[in-house]
Amino acid sequence: MWTWFYRLASPPFVYRVAAAAAPWFLAAAAATIGYGVIDGLVFAPPDYQQGDAFRIIYVHAPAAWLSLFSYTTMAVAGAIALIWRIKVGHAVAAATAPIGASFTLLALVTGSLWGRPMWGTYWAWDPRLTSELILLFLYVGVMSLRPAFEDPARGDRAAALLAIVGVVNVPIIHYSVQWWNSLHQGPTVAKLGRPSMPGSMLWPLLSMLLGFMLFYGAVLCIRLRGEVLNRERLSAWVREAVKS
Amino acid sequence: MNSGGFWSMGGYARFVWPCFGFAFAVLLWNLWSARRFLALARRRTARALMMAASQRS
Repeated sequence: MWTWFYRLASPPFVYRVAAAAAPWFLAAAAATIGYGVIDGLVFAPPDYQQGDAFRIIYVHAPAAWLSLFSYTTMAVAGAIALIWRIKVGHAVAAATAPIGASFTLLALVTGSLWGRPMWGTYWAWDPRLTSELILLFLYVGVMSLRPAFEDPARGDRAAALLAIVGVVNVPIIHYSVQWWNSLHQGPTVAKLGRPSMPGSMLWPLLSMLLGFMLFYGAVLCIRLRGEVLNRERLSAWVREAVKS
Repeated sequence: MNSGGFWSMGGYARFVWPCFGFAFAVLLWNLWSARRFLALARRRTARALMMAASQRS
């Protein structure tokens, strides 16, 4: 039963699949982000309370969602690598960290730019904002820990452990607006029942969410190929791959 | 929305446009850095393979 699992995780297979998938992900991301930007900036009506400032949600919410998704991916990949000793798991974790960190920074900056006109301040030590900032520090920690060891295998294991421990922050970020009194608005789209947003505002948001996810897939594929090459430098299959 | 209203974003232009600008900068940086990372990995691998071949001969 596990044969397919190990075959899926073999470095040459991952390298080949990532090479084939990246351009498709990128093309689909360009189309969905293009549609989302035009629909969100031009056709979506202004919010009755926030006016046109609400349009910041079209980059803020996908970035924040991706920051959590990317961290969860990193922790799951790290756990797979530790439990089943699958080397590609460490490669996926290493490849996803800088992407997730950049989207966490984007979520913080865009949230701050939205907060100034809405809350009257760029920053508040609010549970959602603070836990998202901790997420950025966790990403930086994981990225710094990996090269801090002379033995790359030990660095991989330490980074995977930190990623797994830090994953506790993901539900804290998600539920912080429900668990504590927060300046940040509650869930709008991922709400049980109907989302509290009209379709004309919701469709560009869903399109941007999908576009950012596809873009993440494309960049992950490119980075993953680099990680696999760095780790498998002298393998026989790499000789052929580098030639092509 | 007319073009003047579009660019002024109802008076929120100085918040909305920097957000979109920064978002596209982050997307472009991700793509550029990932491609650079892969190119460097390829170069390093090619060098390592060349060294291994020269040591064998």
